[in-house]
Amino acid sequence: MKAEYRRGILLKVAMLVFSLICIVLFVGLLSVSNYEGVGLMETYQIIWNHLFGEPYETGSLYWWADRYIWNTAMPHALAAILAGAALAVCGAMMQSIMTNPLADPYSTGISSGACFGAISAIVMGLSFSTVVGEMGIVTNAFIGAMVPALLIVFLSQRIHMTPATLILLGTAVSYFFNSMVTYLMVTTDVDTLQSAYLWQIGSLDGMTWSSLPFMAVFTIAGSAIVMLMASKLNVMSLGENSAVSLGVDIQSFRLYCLILMAVMTAAIVSFTGILGFIGLVAPHLVRLVIGSDNRFVIPMSMAVGALLMLVSDYLAFQFASIPVGVVLSVIGSPVFFALIVWQNKRTGAIY
Amino acid sequence: MEIRINDVGFSYASVPVLSGISLDIKGPGFVSILGPNGVGKSTLIHCINKILQPKSGSVLIDGKDVRDISIKELAKDVGYVPYSANDTFPLTVVDTVMMGRHPHSKWNTLDRDLDIVYDTLRMLGISHLAMRQFNELSAGQHQKVMLARGLVQEPQILLLDEPTSNLDIRHQLDVTKMLKRLSEERGILIVMISHDINIAAKFADQVILMFQGRIYDVGAPAEVITEDNLRSVYGVESKVIDDDGRPHVILKDALPMSESCNPSAVMAHIRAQRASQDAADSDGKSVRRGVERILGRT
Repeated sequence: MKAEYRRGILLKVAMLVFSLICIVLFVGLLSVSNYEGVGLMETYQIIWNHLFGEPYETGSLYWWADRYIWNTAMPHALAAILAGAALAVCGAMMQSIMTNPLADPYSTGISSGACFGAISAIVMGLSFSTVVGEMGIVTNAFIGAMVPALLIVFLSQRIHMTPATLILLGTAVSYFFNSMVTYLMVTTDVDTLQSAYLWQIGSLDGMTWSSLPFMAVFTIAGSAIVMLMASKLNVMSLGENSAVSLGVDIQSFRLYCLILMAVMTAAIVSFTGILGFIGLVAPHLVRLVIGSDNRFVIPMSMAVGALLMLVSDYLAFQFASIPVGVVLSVIGSPVFFALIVWQNKRTGAIY
Repeated sequence: MEIRINDVGFSYASVPVLSGISLDIKGPGFVSILGPNGVGKSTLIHCINKILQPKSGSVLIDGKDVRDISIKELAKDVGYVPYSANDTFPLTVVDTVMMGRHPHSKWNTLDRDLDIVYDTLRMLGISHLAMRQFNELSAGQHQKVMLARGLVQEPQILLLDEPTSNLDIRHQLDVTKMLKRLSEERGILIVMISHDINIAAKFADQVILMFQGRIYDVGAPAEVITEDNLRSVYGVESKVIDDDGRPHVILKDALPMSESCNPSAVMAHIRAQRASQDAADSDGKSVRRGVERILGRT
């Protein structure tokens, strides 16, 4: 009997490995599509060589390919992986602590705060800090994203927070910031409006190595912490009473998760804009296939989130720079839809 | 193991639910809490395991105030089986039950935990459900899985909120008998909220009867489950007969609601009980309350 249980674990690990292989494959594909004349295997060779090998002769085909792959394709691909993984892991965590399948990393209003920050920088050149220009948008978005999070931390010292309270407070905050954003957008000219709108959809264009360390530090450290808390998240999704009786201090644990999530999400969206869909759907795609055990849902969501981003980014590039946020929903939604329909258990339950 | 409740009061917003609850429950043993809907049975249990904080008074477990015990520490000693569980994100039965091991979990305990889980599933006769999804089970199976979760927690004190309400009669009997046996074999204290008076009467070492946020009576089943008590607390006319030394209730009729909820009659009873206890206390003969009369048998 225990053997049966262990087989289940092996199967899940196998799926995780498979997703990781797919990620590597798409990193290659993305690089190939970025530079004509170099094959898929050659791409890996070039990446390998750049890390551990000799530099190519200046001006040769491989030298140019190396430059292109290393300076354009790689930061792009890595940003996609980091963004996908971070948003998916935050989504999985938010859904568990809220015991709500409709929760996503933006449920507490983080996205609207970030939007307001970024768009006030884009539209009015207004900066909340001393940083200006491209990085001004990033810092503004980050600061804006932290406002709803800090508000909730502040309030939770005073009122009893249930998942419903949190989500409703998030909704209130979102509407407030969204209306400010709308106001900013209707007062501006067409060109600014377009870039402001594009920021809301989310994009990986213009990712360079310089943006990556910040995203990477928060994503890697944050995900490691979430992984360590995975079994606690399982207990949380049993409901409040059960969680307390199994030794989880729900109030402080939930707050801790919310802060972690706010920082991780803000670190990503302040660079990429509001990438929707991944945080909500990647964890569901995973649960539909491997079940709801967070010890596996967390790493698998990261892999699937990263993969979804890479695939979308690849397709976005193939079809002449459609924003990746658009492609994401266009290809992700049918997959999600189909999985839900096929899962039909005749009870109305999805899981 | 001992639960000592000192003058505990609790209210939701402005609605008082519990007032002046004082109680000593000494284990090991199998204790049943009886009482009509809404008298605060679940609230009392929630005050014991820190799901709720009493507005006044204190709860002591083995002499230590629960306010001074962390939720994590408390979970190692006090288990709880709720009336219902959330299954938004269901796991397999094995994984659901395994969560009962969470308070004790360390690295590399999977193998031992799996043994405990499978043993418990076999004991409850549900090992065939092991790899099924929790939300695909029937209400009765659901309840057995949650019971299993409480048992693998291996607590010294196990609190159960109507653990048999969805079970058929055979399983009700079987589960209650098993709980009684576990309390003896493992030497633990099991406190169970129950709506089935006859099953409680048949197996409980001690019965706590609650009414309108107070302890109405407490003692051995034969002392507490009487025609008078059932009339004042539940508002039913009944005949209580003796069945091998245990009371057995035959229900006759329900009193009209207005009469059955006559608060002055209830308060008169409580005052009379208090007075007799105070008298006994001042004599220095009785130690505390009725509970100890019964469970202080060791």
